[in-house]
Amino acid sequence: MFSEFLQYLFTGITIGATYALIALGFTLIYNASHVINFAQGEFLMIGGMATVSLTAMGVPMLLAIVLAVVLAGVLGVALQRLAIAPAKNADVVTLIIITIGASIFIRGLAQLVWGKEYHVMPNFSGDEPIQIFGAVLNSQSLWVLGVGSVLVAVLVYFFTRTLTGKAILATSMNKDAARLVGIRTQVVLMLAFMVSALLGSVAGIVVAPITFTSYDIGIILGLKGFVAAAIGGLGSGMGAVVGGLALGVVEAMAAGYLSSDYKDAVAFSMILLVLFFMPRGLFGAKVVERV
Amino acid sequence: MFKKITRRASKVAAIAAAGLLAMNVQAADPIRIGSFLSVTGPASFLGDPELKTLEMYVEKINKEGGVLGRQLELIHYDDAGNASKARNFASRLIRSDRVDIIVGGSTTGATMAAVPMVEQAGVPFISLAGAVVITNPVKKWVFKTPQTDRMAAERVLMDMRERGLTKVGLISGTGGFGSSGREQTLAAAKAMGGIEIVADETYGGSDTDMTAQLTNIRGTDGVQTVLNFGFGQGPAIVTRNYAQLGIELPFYQSHGVASDGFLELAGNSAEGLRLPASPLLVPESLPESDPQKPVVEAYKSEYEAHWSTKVSTFGAYAYDGLMLAVEAIEKAGSTDKAAVRDALENIKGHVGVTGTFNMTPDDHNGLQANSFRILEVRDGGWKLID
Repeated sequence: MFSEFLQYLFTGITIGATYALIALGFTLIYNASHVINFAQGEFLMIGGMATVSLTAMGVPMLLAIVLAVVLAGVLGVALQRLAIAPAKNADVVTLIIITIGASIFIRGLAQLVWGKEYHVMPNFSGDEPIQIFGAVLNSQSLWVLGVGSVLVAVLVYFFTRTLTGKAILATSMNKDAARLVGIRTQVVLMLAFMVSALLGSVAGIVVAPITFTSYDIGIILGLKGFVAAAIGGLGSGMGAVVGGLALGVVEAMAAGYLSSDYKDAVAFSMILLVLFFMPRGLFGAKVVERV
Repeated sequence: MFKKITRRASKVAAIAAAGLLAMNVQAADPIRIGSFLSVTGPASFLGDPELKTLEMYVEKINKEGGVLGRQLELIHYDDAGNASKARNFASRLIRSDRVDIIVGGSTTGATMAAVPMVEQAGVPFISLAGAVVITNPVKKWVFKTPQTDRMAAERVLMDMRERGLTKVGLISGTGGFGSSGREQTLAAAKAMGGIEIVADETYGGSDTDMTAQLTNIRGTDGVQTVLNFGFGQGPAIVTRNYAQLGIELPFYQSHGVASDGFLELAGNSAEGLRLPASPLLVPESLPESDPQKPVVEAYKSEYEAHWSTKVSTFGAYAYDGLMLAVEAIEKAGSTDKAAVRDALENIKGHVGVTGTFNMTPDDHNGLQANSFRILEVRDGGWKLID
C-alpha cells in the first residue's frame, strides 16, 4: 500500500520536475517583457533534437549538449531580433501571437531538417532504476530535479543580485522609465530571450531521456509547462517549480487512485480552482494597475 | 512519274498508318486507377510508402505489358490526412477523372468520408485503412486490405490462451487507434470466452510517464499478462516503464508498433515482449513452405532497391490493394465497374504481402486473424514465434 503511494509520488515528481523546468523558461521572458513566449517549447525541442543528432554524428555527448545549448541561444537571439524587435511598438498580445507564429516556423524547419520520427537519448547515468521502499525511481528524474534546483537558484541570484538581472526586472516594470535611467531595453530583451532559450534547451536535454524527443515535442511539453507556470504565478521562479511539481503529482495520484481516464480532468480542475481563488497563481506578485 | 506515284503512295501509307495508330491508341485507352492518400501531414508515415508503392508497381506492370493489353494510369491526390479533402478528391476522381477503380484512403477518417460518394457513384474502392467500420457492415462497393484491430486483438488473446494466460491487464492510449483497440479487445475477450480483462487503464497521447497505471495493473488480483494497445511514442514509454518497474509478467504490444523504429525507441526494455505483425518484418525467418514467403521477399527487395529506404507494412497495404484490383480487372475481362466489383468479391486464395485474401459477399476484407504472425523481441530483433 505504502509502496504504491510512493510509486505514484515518484511518478508525479518525475513528470512534475519536467513541467517545472519548462515553466522556468516562460517565467524569464515574462519577467522581461510580459510576453508569454509560446516558442519556449521549441527551444526545448531544439535542445533535445540537436543533442540527439549531434551524438548520432559521432560528437561526444557533453560537447553535443554544449553545442545544442549554444544553437538554442543563437536561435533565441534571432527570434528576438528578427521577429519581436521589428514589432517594437506592438502591444503584448501581438507579440504573443508573433511567438506562436515563430514556433510554427521553427517546428516546420525542424521537421524538414530532422524528419518526423521520435528519437531516443540515453540516460545520463545508466538505465538501472533506483529502488526505494519497493518503489522505483528513474535515475534521470534525479537529474531533472537536480538541474531544476540549480537553475532556480541561479535565476533567483541573477534577478536579485546582478545588475543585468535587475535591469531586466526594471524593463518589465516600466520600459520608458528604464530607458530614462540608462537601460538599453532592446539589449535587455534580447538577453532575456537568449537566456530563456538556453534554459529551455537545457530543460529539453535533461528530460529527453524520459520523454523521447521529436520535432513536435515542444507543443505538448510547452503547453504543460505554461500551465505549470500559470498555477505557480507567472513571473515567479519558485512558483514555476511548485506549480510544475503540484501538477505532476496531482496527475499521477489521479491516475493511480481515481482513474487514468480522469487524470487530465483532475489536473485541469485544479488549475481552474487555483486561478479562481488566486487569479495571479500561487506565488504571483500583486500587480497594481496604474490609472 | 513513277517517283511521283511512289511518293503519293508513301504519303497515303503514312496517313493510313497514322490513322491505324490513332485507332490503336483509342482501343488501348489506359485503365485509370484513382487514389487519394495522406502523403503529407500527420498520417504521412502511411501515405508516403503507399504512394511510393503504387507508383513503382504501376510503372512495373506497364513495362511488362499492362493489364488486358492496356496500360495503367495512376491519378493520385494528397489529402494530407484531412477527411474533407479526401471527400473532395474522391468526388473529383469519380466525376472529372472518371477512374475505373479507386485504391486509396490511408486513414479510416479519409476512407469513411469517401464511402458515401463511392457507394452512390458505384465505383469499386479498395481502402488501405484499418478500422473495422469500413467493411463491417459490408458496403457494396467498398473493400479493404489491412487486417482490422479486432483481428489483432483476437490474435493476441489466442496466443495468450495458448500459453495458459487468462487474466489480462489492459493499458491503452486514448487516441483513435488505442481506444478502438481497447473496445475491440474487450469485445473479443467476451466473444472468445475463457479469457478475462481484469484491469483496464488508459493514458493520454502526450503523457510522458505511465508508471502509475502500470503500478495499478501490477497490484490487480490475479493478473497474468499485460497488453498495451497504442500508437506512436506512448507504447515505447509504457515498455520502458514496464521494465523499470521490474514487472515479470509476459508483455504484449499491438500491431500499431510493429516497426523497427519502436525497437530503437524502447531499446533493451522491449526484450521478450510479443506482438502481432505482418510477415514483412521477418521475411527471412518464414518457412520455405509458407506461400507468402516469395511475395513478401519480392516486395521487400524491390521496394528497398527502388527507393533506398526501408520497406513499411503500410506500403504493403497499397501493394495488396493494387494487386487485388489488377486480379479483379483481369478476371472481369474489362473495366466494367459492376463486373470488376463482382470479381473482387469472389477473389479466393490471393496471396498478398499482408495475408491470403479470401473475399466473400459477407467479407470485403478477406483476411483471418491468423494472417497476423506473433513475433517476439529477442536480442534487439524480431523472432517469429507463430
